[in-house]
Amino acid sequence: MTLEDLYREVIMDHYRRPRNRGALDDANVVMEGVNPLCGDEIKLWLSIDAAGVITGASFDGHGCSISQSSASIMTEAVIGKPLADAHAVIADFRGMMLEGDAPDELRLGDGVALEGVRKFPVRIKCAVLSWNTLKLGLDEHAAAGGQRVELQHSES
Amino acid sequence: MVVPTSAAAGLDAAAVRADFPVLAEQVHERPLVYLDNAATSQKPRAVIDALRTYYETYNANIHRGLHALSERATAEYEDARARVARFINAAHPHEVIFTRGTTEAINLVARGWGDENVGEGDEILLTEMEHHSNLVPWQMLAQRTGASLRYIPMDVEGRIDLEAYARMFGPRTRLVAVTHMSNVLGTITPAASLIKIAHQHDVPVLLDAAQSIPHLPVDVQALGADFVAFSGHKMLGPTGIGVLYGREALLDAMEPLFGGGSMIRVVELHQSTWTALPYKLEGGTPNIAGAIGLGAAVDYLQTVGMPEVTAHEHELTEYALNLLSDLDGVRLFGPKDARDRGGVISFYVGDVHPHDVGTLLDADGIAVRAGHHCAQPLMRKLGVAATARASLYLYNTAAEVDCLADGIARAKAFFE
Repeated sequence: MTLEDLYREVIMDHYRRPRNRGALDDANVVMEGVNPLCGDEIKLWLSIDAAGVITGASFDGHGCSISQSSASIMTEAVIGKPLADAHAVIADFRGMMLEGDAPDELRLGDGVALEGVRKFPVRIKCAVLSWNTLKLGLDEHAAAGGQRVELQHSES
Repeated sequence: MVVPTSAAAGLDAAAVRADFPVLAEQVHERPLVYLDNAATSQKPRAVIDALRTYYETYNANIHRGLHALSERATAEYEDARARVARFINAAHPHEVIFTRGTTEAINLVARGWGDENVGEGDEILLTEMEHHSNLVPWQMLAQRTGASLRYIPMDVEGRIDLEAYARMFGPRTRLVAVTHMSNVLGTITPAASLIKIAHQHDVPVLLDAAQSIPHLPVDVQALGADFVAFSGHKMLGPTGIGVLYGREALLDAMEPLFGGGSMIRVVELHQSTWTALPYKLEGGTPNIAGAIGLGAAVDYLQTVGMPEVTAHEHELTEYALNLLSDLDGVRLFGPKDARDRGGVISFYVGDVHPHDVGTLLDADGIAVRAGHHCAQPLMRKLGVAATARASLYLYNTAAEVDCLADGIARAKAFFE
């Protein structure tokens, strides 16, 4: 176990220069995820069009380098994807982090860099917070039949 | 075993350290620097031996068997109660109720005393720096009864405004429940004054002493406290054992929270009567080993001497505050003056998240806590989601504080 496993260059880059940070004006899914163990919070905005494509995704919140970079990486991984593909990416990431499964590296993109977090078990929750929030958001969106969804303080 | 020292001679940290097996451990190939004592303390060999001796030589249930092992277990369990009572200067051993910890002790009061004495429109006074364990039980009581919680004004360093506090009392004030030492800020509250003012209004006071009793000499009678809750594991004892101290009259009037074995006088098919203190409030087989271990922990602390423990930690705290406040970009929380506080030091390093600080310090073998410290309302008042926290105890040294300062500097450089 070395610090370099945790703080890979890609992760530090997303931490220092987060992509897609801030509110999304035309979002139709707005989610808040909290990690009650550490108090980390993430807010997630998604725009999902009538054809079921994620046309926009952004995040805000406060948390450690792992949770913030993971959220940044996640938004990049799902923007432009049809819902089914987004679910596949989420499954790739969660499978890699929680089960140790090998992900589809092309599909997951920079998310692969977070694999080293597995060596730091207490930090896994930091990495999956935003992804769990996204998964819940997509489920809520499906359940609402495309209506606008806004959910506060869901626990991940 | 430590040789008793006079206050003038001070505490022999090297001798103390030799009594704690875990302090010889390596973490990530570095010597362990354990600075997470506000979460839980390490255990001296005397405590570990007391647990093993119980299980290996006289393990039995108490107050039941007529056999030799049960007699000895009962005697040791009750002896531990008497030693804890002496340690806090309770008037009677039966004013010491063994619980699982501080949380259970406070819930016992919130249920057993609160449900009987607090009703709709009544008020309970708290501070914003309470640990969730001295906050949530009162929220639950307020929800059950329609009572309300009011917060005693304090500044961001946890200093209570006593004049404003005195003005809060009215005909509906039923209880003051307040920490004796903040687990985030290290602030020591003016317990004697808080209690004196409350008693002028005939209002009882519960003191959350989870952070104070391990580190300061506490005399519950001199303070005049009505209820005092604390945990064994933060004062060199095992986990799963804690104490509710209560004045006899208050405990006597309390309803038991747990019905079952040990707490009854006569059980009939449709009703039962309760036995006397302390057993009325200790339903079921208690944590016998834990109580005996806590008794050994109390003995250990008294052999070292509580004034010596306090003086050692005070000196280290002052050293740490000076060293850390000199570090560029490090923000310290709580009183700047070591006189007003115990050895709990919360800090923020530049704009590096406390979790990242915690992981980097861990790589250096340094154990600190990072998070909200079960005090989310206080975190909001401080304007942060989390802090890193180093907390000291009798076995810590100035060299370990130096390691912490070096580790913080490295963490800051890593993220810049």
